[in-house]
Amino acid sequence: MANRSGEQRVIVIGGGLAGLSATARLVEQGLKVDLFSLVPVKRSHSVCAQGGINACNEIARQQGFSEWMHMDETLYGGDFLADQPPVYEMTHWAPKIIDLLDRMGVPFNRTSEGYRDLRLFGGSLFRRTHFSGATTGQQLLYALDEQVRRAEVDGNVTKYEFWEMLWPALEGEGDGRRCVGIVAQDMRTMQIRAFPAEAVVIATGGCGLIFGRSTNSVMCNGAAAARCYKAGAWYANGEFIQVHPTAIPGADKCRLMSESARGEGGRLWVPRQPGDTRDPRQIPEGERLYFLEEKYPKYGNLVPRDIASREIFDICVNQNMGIGGERMVYLDLTHKSREELDRKLKGILEIYEKFAGQDPREVPMKIFPAVHYSMGGLWTTYTREVREPDPIMDRDCGVDEVVGMKLGAPNTMMTNIAGLFALGEVSFAYHGATRLGANALLSCIFDGLFAGIGIKNYVAENTDRPAHSVNNTVFDDLIKREEQKMQRLIKTAQKGAGNPETNPYQIGREMGREMEGAATVVKFAGGLNPALEKIRELRERWSRVQLTDSGMWTNQNLSYTRALGDMLALAEVIVLGGVKREESRGSHYRTDFLKRDDARFLKTTVAEYEPETCSANIFYREVDAPMVKPRERSYGKSGDAKPAPEKEKQTAGAT
Amino acid sequence: MTTTQDQSSTNSGAASSEAAEKRTVRFRIQRCLGPNKPAHWEAFDVPILAGEGANVISCLQYIARRPITADGKETDPVVWDSGCLEEVCGACTMIVNGQVRQSCSCLIDNEAPNDGDVISLQPMSKFPVVRDLWVDRQRMFHNLKRAHAWTPIDGLHDRGAGPQETAKNQETRYIFSTCMTCGCCLEACPQFLLVDEPAKWDESFVGANTIGQVRLFNLHPTAKEEAGERLEVLMGPGGVSDCGNAQNCVKVCPKEIPLTEGIAAMGRATTVKAVKQFFTGE
Repeated sequence: MANRSGEQRVIVIGGGLAGLSATARLVEQGLKVDLFSLVPVKRSHSVCAQGGINACNEIARQQGFSEWMHMDETLYGGDFLADQPPVYEMTHWAPKIIDLLDRMGVPFNRTSEGYRDLRLFGGSLFRRTHFSGATTGQQLLYALDEQVRRAEVDGNVTKYEFWEMLWPALEGEGDGRRCVGIVAQDMRTMQIRAFPAEAVVIATGGCGLIFGRSTNSVMCNGAAAARCYKAGAWYANGEFIQVHPTAIPGADKCRLMSESARGEGGRLWVPRQPGDTRDPRQIPEGERLYFLEEKYPKYGNLVPRDIASREIFDICVNQNMGIGGERMVYLDLTHKSREELDRKLKGILEIYEKFAGQDPREVPMKIFPAVHYSMGGLWTTYTREVREPDPIMDRDCGVDEVVGMKLGAPNTMMTNIAGLFALGEVSFAYHGATRLGANALLSCIFDGLFAGIGIKNYVAENTDRPAHSVNNTVFDDLIKREEQKMQRLIKTAQKGAGNPETNPYQIGREMGREMEGAATVVKFAGGLNPALEKIRELRERWSRVQLTDSGMWTNQNLSYTRALGDMLALAEVIVLGGVKREESRGSHYRTDFLKRDDARFLKTTVAEYEPETCSANIFYREVDAPMVKPRERSYGKSGDAKPAPEKEKQTAGAT
Repeated sequence: MTTTQDQSSTNSGAASSEAAEKRTVRFRIQRCLGPNKPAHWEAFDVPILAGEGANVISCLQYIARRPITADGKETDPVVWDSGCLEEVCGACTMIVNGQVRQSCSCLIDNEAPNDGDVISLQPMSKFPVVRDLWVDRQRMFHNLKRAHAWTPIDGLHDRGAGPQETAKNQETRYIFSTCMTCGCCLEACPQFLLVDEPAKWDESFVGANTIGQVRLFNLHPTAKEEAGERLEVLMGPGGVSDCGNAQNCVKVCPKEIPLTEGIAAMGRATTVKAVKQFFTGE
């Protein structure tokens, strides 16, 4: 048994931006952290974020922007499904977070005078996005990784890299139930061990792998979240999956083409003549359909992601106007100078060059939407704090009081299981029905820094019942259960390709295909219900699954197959939530229910696992919306009432 | 990694509009069941559709789904390390046809354009093998500790912005900051050798990437405060004087980081420091 010394330790699972910022904050407050990750934390999926990180800044402020407006954009972008106090707090902390990252040494792009440079991003008419080349996520992750490495050298962090979280350890019943550690497995030696802790933080990111090919890294399978869900944690708003409009389709995954390509002036078009096979450079302006600019004159190519994805989907699938009849449109940057493109977008242009084999500075890129981000995730809570509006940050807010989150409240970002916290993409908070570009990095880092203080207080409140006093049987039983699970799978192993019916990769592939077809850009009951049936069929096949590797050393076959069983549980949550939500909102677009229906569905979907039936029970909770009244989310398509300095849009990408 | 889905046949988007040409590419893979186990080779045939964007990873995914060798023998699935598949995490580095590189960015249409072409895959040789193509690169992260590769900030509380920085300095730092700890520069380096025992890492050559990180941090106005400590490490055993100037590192770096410039700059800085120490006794 590990760590039975009586020292106060907190477990953090996941070493992306959320996990690392939480780790740094917890250490700063005197706690020791055991940090678990499927990969060396420096290789976490946060490295893939390209575009930037949003925050109000002094330039934007002088042009009329404010923290309040950043909140408003986030809520409007999320179609008012997000609880508002966490969004208030996040957007108001954002400028301070940029300053902190700056102090950590993040090489943010600079103006000629040496100030931090800013770029325009989707869903805003103000330059509020800070960036570091085209690898902002990588740069932020490295800065936090370095701080955590420093804490590791000081003996305050112990890393368990290449360890897989298998199950949360819970003790007690009803109101007394709490999380007291985890059981995890070393992916190399296959050793299964228990790790007691005063609190457990899940920061394991998204679940893109459930959809087969996505923009996510290979470890983003959602299994840790699924295991918490199966252990009793609520999973909220699962049906809200962001499909990124501009990805490069590939055989193994879809590679992201950052929104910053549009932010820096990239234009989406198709030939006006369907099936036109000419070289795109030979097609004159007049014979190109800039479909976003025509339909959304105000935001143009910078409409939010769900709208852009749907319009591309519509052009290709419904209007059959994709390039050469294929599911692809052009993303064109060739009107910009090479020098400017290299200075601002080199990283992402190189990705295209590398993986598509063409130079996007010369030839328009071919792109199509791909699953990118999960707005849904483990349900989390917080403590409200009512305040007077800030005269600067909340300028022109038009309300008498604002509601933020109370700093240091022990329930901050806690799931419905005491002691189990969820941070970053794996939590459902902040982004509502769809996420604005460059808000993800912010929400992950904010979550760690803000909730870290509450988690410390949760630990302090519970010092009378420390983890090392928990009855050993809690951990021993879990270890035994996980070992049995593993042995059952190992015993099925048979070399060779086996039967496709029971081949785990075949089951996973069919799950991905079904989910991508039924539960992404366009949904309807006639697609979602068969998908539910398919998931049940796959679950039955998974119960007869056959491994190909019986080894007890670095058995990736086992890890994948075990995770697949848990991914199927989340797949059901995602589809079932989608069937029951009979409206269109943000990324959730139902062709059979085209309108947003606030009366029935301005509510958080919550899925609770029922162990008897092994399936999800869905119920709804009110959205906490004390400040901004929901309004139509149209992005200027039909006379939107949003105050907007038009000149900002005109200069988009012209600098 | 824990996933190995092969989705290539659902790839509607990248499918070429020309009649897709089918061919078979043979993968020769150097296999090893675990640390200190003998290595052996196995061959696998993988069907490829021209223009569908197949890369080494999608082929390994195919083999994972169907672990049968070219001569029909049923075998264990191949183990490998991967992450982002966008050449930004560094995980999937291996030796492809004798060249160290990220396997995700190795497109089959470029590497093996003809029917019957062979692609060989081997694990990096400068790190201990975990299994098959997966190696343990802990030593690289250890070397980042050796080099104090961080900015020593006071804490996480709000203390306003960081130091102002010229665009030129930012550009110099940025390129070094894109180092993804992949290990290509070390694999290609004649001076960087396999060291199994962690106890000996502190005496062994740090390698180009770590020297590059010293360059990165010594250029930052705050991190500069620990420049002396970092240079001390580079002046000690396994420091910058171990560099044999083969210049292989800069040729194989996938991020085109000017590693040799970094080494030269740090070489000069350590010399200046040594001279200063000689005269001042500090």
